Amino acid sequence: MSPRRERRKSPRPNNSTNTPARQKPRGKVNAYFTHHLWVLVSSLGVLWRTPFATFMTAAVIGIALALPAGLHVLLQNVQKLSTGWEGTAQMSLFIKQGVSEKRIQKLAKKLRGWDGVEEVRYISREQALEEFRKLSGFGDALDSLNENPLPAVLVVQPTSEASEPAQMELLLGKVRELKPVDLAQLDMEWVRRLSGIIELGKRGVLLLGSLLSLAILLVIGNTIRLTILSRRDEIVVTKLIGATNAFIRRPFLYTGFWYGLLGAVLAWMLVGIRLGLLSEPVSRLSFLYNSQFSLGGLDLETTAILLGSGIFLGLLGSWLAVGKHLQAIEPS
Amino acid sequence: MIKFDNVNKRYPGGHEALSGVSFHIEPGEMVFLTGHSGAGKSSLLKLIACIERASRGNVIIDGQNLNRLKSRHIPALRRKIGVVFQNHNLLFDRTVYDNVALPLIIAGYHQSEVGRRVRAALDKVGLLGRERAMPITLSGGEQQRVGIARAVVNRPPLLLADEPTGNLDPELSKEIMQLFEQFNQVGVTVLVATHDHDLISRLDHRLLTLKQGRLDRDGSTADLIGETVAAAGGGI
Repeated sequence: MSPRRERRKSPRPNNSTNTPARQKPRGKVNAYFTHHLWVLVSSLGVLWRTPFATFMTAAVIGIALALPAGLHVLLQNVQKLSTGWEGTAQMSLFIKQGVSEKRIQKLAKKLRGWDGVEEVRYISREQALEEFRKLSGFGDALDSLNENPLPAVLVVQPTSEASEPAQMELLLGKVRELKPVDLAQLDMEWVRRLSGIIELGKRGVLLLGSLLSLAILLVIGNTIRLTILSRRDEIVVTKLIGATNAFIRRPFLYTGFWYGLLGAVLAWMLVGIRLGLLSEPVSRLSFLYNSQFSLGGLDLETTAILLGSGIFLGLLGSWLAVGKHLQAIEPS
Repeated sequence: MIKFDNVNKRYPGGHEALSGVSFHIEPGEMVFLTGHSGAGKSSLLKLIACIERASRGNVIIDGQNLNRLKSRHIPALRRKIGVVFQNHNLLFDRTVYDNVALPLIIAGYHQSEVGRRVRAALDKVGLLGRERAMPITLSGGEQQRVGIARAVVNRPPLLLADEPTGNLDPELSKEIMQLFEQFNQVGVTVLVATHDHDLISRLDHRLLTLKQGRLDRDGSTADLIGETVAAAGGGI
């Protein structure tokens, strides 16, 4: 028989350094990681043996995660749809009826000379009518009119420095003073409102997400609690044999980890399915609006956040349950 | 190895399980602990494994005073003590091998070392070849031997047994006791709590007798037999 292995740190004479180094034999460190890996795999094995119960718990977590994740993706898409316009803060100057083309051109030239104006585009009444006919689908209705009802438009594109709301207001005030201008309108208004709504939506997703995270914590905590109670005898025996709390905690933490991960993967699939179902009607709709927009899926970042928060919630939920219930189980 | 110094154990409710118990067991000794049920045998063993703490007095195991032992150091203490339970306390959802390997895995031994030691321990109790069996398929005696293999696989310096032969027939009981004697011969301190007088009388070891929580006598089993004979003779 080999001599008993000494588990306590042997007070080896070591004068070279003042701090006593934690000397662990390499074999034990290896064994430690091997053990972690083993617990990781075996806790998945335990879940695998009760597929239905595992699926139920994972599904609850998955649905709870899929809700905010899906909304997030939806908002991302709305944002993507509107970012195209966000940078192009422009002003439309509707010219009074009856102003001659020559005067309008002169006005455009004058505007181009202004500070803060990048470009001025002239849309004649005919061009406006053509565009309207093409985009609106009311071509036949227009044909029945004797006269072109549309005004000429000067589209003013401010320089990027002048795109600030305050300066835009200033510019708006100035162009409204111009005689030929019937109406000056900031095209940004509704984009800004939309982005305000998106901000609100994001906040809503965050609130919903945190509320559902709490629900996930409770679900995982309760599941782990039941697992702990059902393995009470085993815990008592391992404690009697000299298991540390960390050792006993480990399989439960990994179980929580798996629940979180499985739930997150399910959520990912649920969001994917929902997007898949939506993408066809969305692209049909966007085609009708003459847009190239197509529904974006879960990007890498969102996927990472989804999986990460699933795992985090799984670990935290089981940690809380284990901390509360393991203490109560002592050999007697 | 085990030192009790005027130890009292009082349970909530006022029941005093042990009162004024003092004794000292040297390393390498084999000692029987006997007494009627309720005499305090189990309480005494629980104090040694730090499952419970003494109400008064000192319990010193391997130089450590358990009164001052912090909870986080209890696992280290228990790894020095192999415990054999009357009801075996095996984990029934794991194989014999996994049951015996548990103390080694807890202590963080390397996989190859675990395999070697588990087989050595199972060989010792005569169950090599049943490694893959589930405990439920084993007989009571075999289950108890798995429990013993688990208690000694870590080669603890101290082995406690609480009624290890409680449910076994005399022949099996004898085999189990022989196992304990073998461990004792290689230097393990052994403390066996039992009320099986027949068994004790056949073996010559130190004997602690508890009576209503007090240490009634401390002597060899041979003395006890002499006393019993004398008492019987006196009666005639």
